Amino acid sequence: MTGVLFNVALAVLVLGLAVWTIIAREAFAAVVGFIAYGLLLTLVWVQLQGIDVALTEAAIGGGLTGVLLIGAAARLRGIEAAPGAERPRNSLYWMAGAVSAAVTAVLVICVLALPDPAPTLAHEVALNIVDTGVANPITAVLLAFRPMDTLLEAIVLVFALIGVWSLAPDDSWGGRPGPVQQSDPNGILAYAARILPPLGIVIGIYIFWTGADYPGGKFQGATILAAMWLLLMMAGLSEAPPISRGWLRVGLVAGPLVFIAIGFIGVLTAGDFFGYPQGLAKPLIVAIELALMPSLTLVLGLLMVGAPQRVAKL
Amino acid sequence: MNAATLFGLCAAALAGLGLFGLIVNPHPLRKILAFNVFGTAVFLLIGAIARRGAAAGMGGDPVPQALLITGIVVAFSATAIAVALLLRLFDVTGRVSLAEDATADVQAPPGEA
Repeated sequence: MTGVLFNVALAVLVLGLAVWTIIAREAFAAVVGFIAYGLLLTLVWVQLQGIDVALTEAAIGGGLTGVLLIGAAARLRGIEAAPGAERPRNSLYWMAGAVSAAVTAVLVICVLALPDPAPTLAHEVALNIVDTGVANPITAVLLAFRPMDTLLEAIVLVFALIGVWSLAPDDSWGGRPGPVQQSDPNGILAYAARILPPLGIVIGIYIFWTGADYPGGKFQGATILAAMWLLLMMAGLSEAPPISRGWLRVGLVAGPLVFIAIGFIGVLTAGDFFGYPQGLAKPLIVAIELALMPSLTLVLGLLMVGAPQRVAKL
Repeated sequence: MNAATLFGLCAAALAGLGLFGLIVNPHPLRKILAFNVFGTAVFLLIGAIARRGAAAGMGGDPVPQALLITGIVVAFSATAIAVALLLRLFDVTGRVSLAEDATADVQAPPGEA
């Protein structure tokens, strides 16, 4: 009974924060609401027994997305009155309301009409997970049963970074991304940036390593490492490398390239792209994760910093 | 009502909210936010369906759950691109507006006071 009450309270809070995010007067306030919304969603994922999804939502959905949006909202803060002139007509409000209500109504009907018993692949996963050598079913799905999704996802991240970089003005191309951070070297931010990273690095690597058998994995671990890097950059203790650096570009694509290479090894040894030879599944999965981890950390960190804006000193 | 149905219905409401915000909010950053609310609603719906597939000692169907992790990461990359485009638009035009005549009337009238 208390569980049901908790869930209902959680759902009401999540909906309330979503309403706030949509209708808040100021963009900055809306972003703050969205971050709280992301954190509460993490609890929803725990209630839905998706601990791995909860970790990802907390790290990426709420965390990184929140920092990204709040940075943008802070930069655009003074000028948000400008679009007031183009406020939509009342008829648009009514039409949008009707369309949205219809979408919600259709989804409600679908949720209530879901088949019972529900179709599931859990049995197949349970049958075949032994062959992969990993104990966490999510990791088994991500890297053994459906590795193509994970590969394309890693490539999408690199493409997104190329897209962000390509927005650089011509004279900044190849330079350091992001603004110059100026902060008090004795301030609290610099202090936190000296104290937290050793702990964060240990936690990030632990979450990465434990992903084979328990909830966790490379994306969540890489996000924590990227967050530590961002903290150093925001405190002005470290600067993002110029995007023309050779080692940086090699580092960004190394993970996906190793991933693709292991896929082709499967063609030669097991007769299928991403087929793992008998008994070698676990070492190959660990190899993919080890290769992806540094690339993901670089990509996630640099996606947060944005396009180069300063004139490049080549 | 079990958790899966409850949060499934919650996801349906969130989808409507996100879509509404996406259409009526003129501010591009607010559109990005609303689109993210809409995205999380889709994720939550899939999560509720995954929870219903609990079997073989697992709390949910691990296949959709793994797809969700992929989805959340891809949604983040799309948001990063959208924010970068928005900031570049602001750098170039000095305004944030998607209106087609945005460059024509640089001296926009102050908001509806």
